[in-house]
Amino acid sequence: MKNQFQAGLKAGTSIAIGYFPVALTFGLLAKTTGLSLMEATAMSLFVYAGAAQYISLSMLQVGVDPILIVMNTFIVNIRHFLMTASLNEKMHRAPKWVKAVYSFGITDESFSVIATQKEDKISTAFAFGVSLIAYGSWVIFTAVGHVIGANLPAFIQAAMSIALYAMFVGLLVPSMKGNRKVVMLAGIAAAIHCFFYFTQLLSTGWAILVSTLASAIIVEILYARRGKAAASLYQGKEEE
Amino acid sequence: MGAWYWWMLLGMALVTYIPRMVPLTFLDGKKLPPIVSGVLSNIPYAVLGALIFPAILFVQEGNILFGVIGAATAFLIAVLGGGVMSVVLGTIAVLAVYSLFL
Repeated sequence: MKNQFQAGLKAGTSIAIGYFPVALTFGLLAKTTGLSLMEATAMSLFVYAGAAQYISLSMLQVGVDPILIVMNTFIVNIRHFLMTASLNEKMHRAPKWVKAVYSFGITDESFSVIATQKEDKISTAFAFGVSLIAYGSWVIFTAVGHVIGANLPAFIQAAMSIALYAMFVGLLVPSMKGNRKVVMLAGIAAAIHCFFYFTQLLSTGWAILVSTLASAIIVEILYARRGKAAASLYQGKEEE
Repeated sequence: MGAWYWWMLLGMALVTYIPRMVPLTFLDGKKLPPIVSGVLSNIPYAVLGALIFPAILFVQEGNILFGVIGAATAFLIAVLGGGVMSVVLGTIAVLAVYSLFL
């Protein structure tokens, strides 16, 4: 139990590093938008959603109706519905209230780290560990950014902006090796997302949701068909 | 900001929390049809593809080379067998050097 929690903290450290510059900048921007230290930190503490928080600042800046800001937050974050439904298949069973507690900590990043673990079933303690260190980094560095009111040196800030994406790459690549299904899943989703990005047909939140779901369904159908045709031995190998 | 700010925060917190909480809590222990659970188990890898591309190329506005170097470094370290932490720190180091000297 304790070991699982510590393993979670360790696995979540790369998220904490990645959140550091993003949260710091959020705190700084919140200050320039006119939020007090308490207001800025409370947003990170209670909402805990990077992209939605950034968008809310730019909307507050131009005096958009708060109801629209709430609606936009919902639209940006609805993709987590898909992620937590997927995560549920992999998590150990736990009392409803326990799952209700750690589900607060599920972001794109903590989901990616938890869901790509090699184990068949993931323990509740591990999920808590990953979530806690990521959340701690987000909240603390929001406050720090507001207090110091300055950014990191430009070259460090620029370099660290890659951190979360590098983490995603580091999570994805080991699973891609020798597994065509994973390569297809990531490749098709990336291609569809690029299409939405360049045509600007959908906003980012929706584009991630639609491209992820479409890729997951397309590949599942392809493999269901192939699975019927091919010997079960072959499929067993592919899955591994 | 006035009192309305705190009401807005409450609204934002709720609409963010609900999509995270409902599936984990209400689907607990439910057996889904094989095709649905198949699709759901595909989500992590599909979502990584969608999160990485195209955003990784545009981490620095107006300088796509920066993103390309970052992406190439990250993939290279990962393919060579570096763990997640070495991919993250290695990519940051390469880009720090790049943006400091070039």
